[in-house]
Amino acid sequence: MIDSQTRNLTLWNLSVAFVAFVVACFLGFYQVVERSGLFEFLKSERLYFTSVSTHGVLMAFVLTTFFIMGFGYYTAVTSLKRPVWKPALAWAGFGLTLLGTVMAAIPLVAGKASVLYTFYPPIQASPWFYIGAALLVVGSWVWCAIMVIMAVQWKKDNPGQPLPLAMYATTANALLWLWTSAGVAMEVVFQLIPWSLGWMDAIDPGLSRTLFAWTLHPIVYFWLLPAYTALYCFVPRAAGGYLFSDEMARFAFLGLLVFSLPIGFHHLYMDPEQGSGWKLLHGVGTFLVTVPTLVTGFTVLASMEIAGRLRGGKGLFGWIGALPWSNPMVLAAILAFLMLILGGFGGIINASYALNAMIHNTAWVPGHFHLIFAGTTIIMYFAITYHLWPRLTGKALYSNNLALVQLWTWFVGMTMLSTPWHVLGLLGQPRRISEVTYNSLLTLAWQPYELFMIMGGAVLLGSAILFAYLLIKSLGSTVAASDLEPAYAEPIHAPRDLPGWVENIKLWNVVIGALMLLSFGYPILQFFFLKTYDSIPWGY
Amino acid sequence: MHIDPLEKKWLYITFGMVGLFLGAIFISALISGIHPPSNVETIDSARLHLSEEFAEDNLGVKIQSDGSIRVTMVAGRYGFFPRHITLPADTTITFRWASIDVLHGVHMPMTNMSTMVVPGYVAEVTTEFPKPGDYPMLCNEYCGTGHDFMWSKVTVVDKQTWERQHPSSKGDES
Repeated sequence: MIDSQTRNLTLWNLSVAFVAFVVACFLGFYQVVERSGLFEFLKSERLYFTSVSTHGVLMAFVLTTFFIMGFGYYTAVTSLKRPVWKPALAWAGFGLTLLGTVMAAIPLVAGKASVLYTFYPPIQASPWFYIGAALLVVGSWVWCAIMVIMAVQWKKDNPGQPLPLAMYATTANALLWLWTSAGVAMEVVFQLIPWSLGWMDAIDPGLSRTLFAWTLHPIVYFWLLPAYTALYCFVPRAAGGYLFSDEMARFAFLGLLVFSLPIGFHHLYMDPEQGSGWKLLHGVGTFLVTVPTLVTGFTVLASMEIAGRLRGGKGLFGWIGALPWSNPMVLAAILAFLMLILGGFGGIINASYALNAMIHNTAWVPGHFHLIFAGTTIIMYFAITYHLWPRLTGKALYSNNLALVQLWTWFVGMTMLSTPWHVLGLLGQPRRISEVTYNSLLTLAWQPYELFMIMGGAVLLGSAILFAYLLIKSLGSTVAASDLEPAYAEPIHAPRDLPGWVENIKLWNVVIGALMLLSFGYPILQFFFLKTYDSIPWGY
Repeated sequence: MHIDPLEKKWLYITFGMVGLFLGAIFISALISGIHPPSNVETIDSARLHLSEEFAEDNLGVKIQSDGSIRVTMVAGRYGFFPRHITLPADTTITFRWASIDVLHGVHMPMTNMSTMVVPGYVAEVTTEFPKPGDYPMLCNEYCGTGHDFMWSKVTVVDKQTWERQHPSSKGDES
């Protein structure tokens, strides 16, 4: 069993993550009911946009950051078999992130920061919101530093040995987050905070959008990488087999780190402040970053097939039935894949340079990211938590069957929510509206889908409550956990003779820096030599 | 290093797929000339009323000397101005947009008339509408608590009707 310091760090980080998650699930359910327009008494634009802003910040910034930090500490300690580097610093980072969260949450809940999680200047929020968001990010940089330092120290003590795969992935994610968050950090520090404090009269929303686009795409990979880590490092063993390829997994993580960064302009395809050539360049990069995900799909499915055949599965598809579906990790992986395939298909449409115009800012977009993020990513977060909880608390999970029910209901609920959402987008419904006021026949076609989405939302809320119930109930369990050892999958071929560049952190940073300069250098600089006109702050 | 032959095959398939997608995008972009709105043109959003193009009297539908149509519109909380325009089907139409206040997005559902309207910048979209009918023109970017109510109307009429209504090439706001 791991030391109590790491146990507490991980438990506290995960607990903050899941408190945010459950609160945000209640808000999500309220939103899906309110926007349907079926309940007259619920109508309130002010409350709705307060809720959407809070839901977005809690899910995208708080749940993810704390979960990733908690899981990272566990991974580093168990895979490297050494304690956390400077635990006091790790706690300070946790405290800073939490302080930032609270500082941002107060104006959010009070309706003083209804600017959505993407900020949207020149609409202005309370300065506390921006300062809190900045502290949240800075706190998470402490975690990044600890992860990178632990990896480097281990390499020094184990010359010639490849980093354990789980730590390789975690280090890649820490570096990814440092690069990713630089964009939003520049926006908040150089534009939003001085502007909201009145030190600057006006800012350029074109520059703000460009800087936010820097962050907006790789951030989803920051959220997704822990899910991929579990798919490579936990799932093959949980299924009763071996990892098909340790080396391809490393290439996939490296590819995600390098190529997810210079491609953010597919969020700006419809924006007037960037030229078409830059958008096309980022569009090409967006398609290239599908390669590591397709590689992941192959390797993980191959690993599961090996497990299924080892368990006696026969024929082309017989191995699927032979998999241990009653293991939460395996079940979650299967469900996550189903949603990833559908979500990936939608993503290719979003990424398409010309096709994007049909679905930009329609309901299709939240439908898409709820499949990939709230579906694939979060369902793997659940599985990781079911895997870690007994190892952290020393107590057995209260009920394996309830965990399976929870995963299935989350999958069913997310399918019921996101399928009609996609259809609504194709029928022209915009995202981010709290009610339908357009005096048009078209909107009549939207109503049945809204009803279906409410049912999906209800199933999801039930599933989220069940998740919290299971974790709390397990804390009081009297049955000791039977297996407390970390359970990393063994690869069929151990990695050997890896070329030096695979683990050369300095080289990665140089390559990323060059790519970022190429794809963001001119697009950011142009704002300093174009004759631009800044915007004064507006309320909402 | 060990790369399985199956993995190699899958990598070829993967790159083949990506190549196919990118090929389709490059053909539509470089040969058919389909690009998203990207004209990088700045304007002072606080002084639109003093600008030539976006002054209130100059907004609306204009027939150009070459027969094409230019629509100049302003986005502001909470509407697109002018509030109702009529346009011909099967005709090349260029929309020019500016915001008087915050960030907006404009979309006509079931068409590719879509662009962000960022304060400080002019957005330009060129498109054609194949199907006559009434279309809502709605704001698809959060712009304040009245965002839900931000929409205007576009009527697309067939080309013959439009030409009857506008006999001279110098038509005015319809």
